[in-house]
Amino acid sequence: MIKIALAGNPNCGKTTLFNALTGSNQYVGNWPGDTEEKKEGRLKGNKDTVIVDLPGIYSLSPYTLEEVIARNYLISEKPDAILNILDGTNIERNLYLTTQLTELGIPVVIAVNMMDAVRKSGDFINTAELSKKTGCKVIEISALKGENVMEAAQEAVKVALSKKATIPQHTFNAEVEEILDNIEEKITDVPNEQKRFFAIKLFERDDKIKSLMKNPPDVEKLIIEAEEKFDDDSESIITNERYVYISSIIKSCYTKKSKEKLSTSDKIDKIVTNRILALPIFAVVMFIVYYISVTTVGTIATDWANDGVFGDGWFFLGQGSAAYSEASDEYSTAQTEIEAFLSAAEEAGLDIEASDFVKQAEAAQITGEAEFYDDNGNIEKTVNVDSALYSQALEVEEPNPSDFGPYIPGIPVLVENLLVSINCAAWLQDLILNGIIAGVGAVLGFVPQMFVLFAFLAFLEACGYMARIAFIMDRVFRKFGLSGKSFIPMLIGSGCGVPGIMASRTIENDKERKMTIMTTTFVPCGAKLPIIALISGALFGGAWWVAPSAYFVGIAAIICSGIILKKTKMFAGDPSPFVMELPPYHMPTVGNILRSMWERGSSFIKKAGTIILLATIFVWFTSGYGFTDGAFGPCAMENSMLASIGNVISVLFVPLGWGDWQASVAAITGLIAKENVVGTMGILYGGFEEVAENGWQVWANLREAYTPVAAYSFLVFNLLCAPCFAAMGAIKREMNNLKWFIGAIAYQTIFAYCVALCVYQIGTFITTGVFGVGTVVGLALIVFFIYLLCRKYKESTTLKVDLSANIE
Amino acid sequence: MTLKDAAVGSKVKVVKIEGQGAVKRRIMDMGITKGIEILIRKVAPLGDPVEVTVRGYELSIRKADAQMITVE
Repeated sequence: MIKIALAGNPNCGKTTLFNALTGSNQYVGNWPGDTEEKKEGRLKGNKDTVIVDLPGIYSLSPYTLEEVIARNYLISEKPDAILNILDGTNIERNLYLTTQLTELGIPVVIAVNMMDAVRKSGDFINTAELSKKTGCKVIEISALKGENVMEAAQEAVKVALSKKATIPQHTFNAEVEEILDNIEEKITDVPNEQKRFFAIKLFERDDKIKSLMKNPPDVEKLIIEAEEKFDDDSESIITNERYVYISSIIKSCYTKKSKEKLSTSDKIDKIVTNRILALPIFAVVMFIVYYISVTTVGTIATDWANDGVFGDGWFFLGQGSAAYSEASDEYSTAQTEIEAFLSAAEEAGLDIEASDFVKQAEAAQITGEAEFYDDNGNIEKTVNVDSALYSQALEVEEPNPSDFGPYIPGIPVLVENLLVSINCAAWLQDLILNGIIAGVGAVLGFVPQMFVLFAFLAFLEACGYMARIAFIMDRVFRKFGLSGKSFIPMLIGSGCGVPGIMASRTIENDKERKMTIMTTTFVPCGAKLPIIALISGALFGGAWWVAPSAYFVGIAAIICSGIILKKTKMFAGDPSPFVMELPPYHMPTVGNILRSMWERGSSFIKKAGTIILLATIFVWFTSGYGFTDGAFGPCAMENSMLASIGNVISVLFVPLGWGDWQASVAAITGLIAKENVVGTMGILYGGFEEVAENGWQVWANLREAYTPVAAYSFLVFNLLCAPCFAAMGAIKREMNNLKWFIGAIAYQTIFAYCVALCVYQIGTFITTGVFGVGTVVGLALIVFFIYLLCRKYKESTTLKVDLSANIE
Repeated sequence: MTLKDAAVGSKVKVVKIEGQGAVKRRIMDMGITKGIEILIRKVAPLGDPVEVTVRGYELSIRKADAQMITVE
């Protein structure tokens, strides 16, 4: 088995090369002790060769996670060869990593990528000369076009088999070399070919490398001497020497055709990050992303997946759906009329079951009053239903969707038919349909929309605009410990938190990404709007300010969390210099976009699916089953186990002003999907099987049960607390680490609890003037908040990372 | 003068890089070393960071970090 490590700078085309070399033979794992993904794959047509995709890095410094992971792998696992990929259009800086890789005592092959672009621009790279100066075999490739990629891999296999370590050809300043020789002599417990690397790292005072050695020599005196002589710190001396060497060889290896001429990329950038136009262009791009992946295509895809495939059914390409919905509206109108007429007849004492009922009713001149409601529960119109209209209404048949177009029944319908036909037991049917299939639907329902969004993200990343987003938005977001790229997750999160969280993948910096994942769901998503509508309609008379205030609370939560968390040990622990490359714009290939889209989408299903499924089944089971009359079985929600759970935990919510079991149960069912809060309130506060989206049927009952302040506290808690299971699954997937996942959910819930408590206690004090223990607690919490926001913190200068534990 | 104060469109030469540790190493890793020429291309629409050309590629650097780079 031969192991070849693929190493290179970010944006050098490493992923494209990796995909070209391995095709579909890839496995994703974790790097030891960390959350970063590790990709491996078998070389196409050569089953005995494994390619390991190292993180994209600029250097082997001890300061960023990716670099530490990469060098630890290279030193301890010692792959048989390194395939170092360089961006041919940016060869000078790319060679900097090469000078470090060749010191590791591992055979290195250089693949100069993007040669098509280099040739097109008229530049020239003298690969023979480059090979001589670096001591490595050099191959010209174009990963995008598939040019020479296999040859590069074969070359790497060849040097791996030869086992001849590359001998670094670069030399530093004579005085530096003398010191390094001196250190090398003192090193005893390292193989000869690694000695130079260890000597340099010791000279750089790299404590992470030092700790790998059994008996590191004391070289501090040598370092101090050199530092005095060069008037610089030892690390900078080495970095400087490397670039001095590169500058000295670059003239003979690389000829640039035209100087100072603007490239196409420069021209694009002149407009796109222009001081005046940058923000409008950014707004337009974001609008397009949001409009397509959330408002239009995304919603259609999600509705199709949830209501069609995992609902009743759907029309192929939507043919006939308009006619069908018209017909079913007509049918439900008729049903309302029939109901009104029958209840009027019953009131008049008629027997509605009688065979000559219509005649009797006609004789008695029965007229029912059918009331039609608008979206807010106001009576829109009333229709007097006499026996003629009644007979007419009876004629309206329930429309059969398959009469209107090519209709494909939903999976639950198909499965139900199957289960009925095989006489499946009722409880098992219930489990399969309402437990398992609903759970699977909860997982897969988001996937189509996610694919749409991921295609956009892949495009923005690959074409180079994503780096510009970070450039444009950096100033706003860095104050809260976030990246400029956090804008996209938050924006998408206002539609749906699940793809929003998944969009955080584009953020390279580990801490900024984690912070984004933790705070994205504070933005009210589409499913939280019904809760806002319920509370606003029921207790605030639909006041205009309630919905905007929910967004304000969400944004304030993000900002405050950012500032508070940034100062905690977890986040302040690492230095995060923001010195970012702005790669040239280029047109990505369709294949690469589709692959990235598929990888991200399928990893959501694989890594988030189980937890979503299990949690959904758990809530379904506890909400539909319980002990009634001493026997265990299916029951109404108010007798279910969930109601008992709600009863127990409701104590916790007394300080928040809504300590009744109904609200607790609603908050729990909200974890399946946030809009369930409204439906559950409908069942528990009015006995309605189904309520409108804003739940107007129960507004009056809610007004009796809660004060406005308590209801607002309920709203705030539900907006900020742990998101739905699907979003939790996405958080788990993106954190890729159980501790961080639990930490994130716990943080959100505790934060929500504290904010809701302050809202209720302080709000009650202001509105009623009653001052109690709760008010004191609320005020104390606010003081504590302010302390957390204002306390000083110091950024650490070292990276703390534990690579010992291997979590898979 | 530091890189932070250099005018947009001007070309400067790096004299010294102050500071130490992670930030300094990163700046130097990206190719900003003593004696190298830097072209200041533009400032982000919100006033920070700045975009520069160094060693033939574009780099974005925050003003706070640019302040550590002495240029002439």
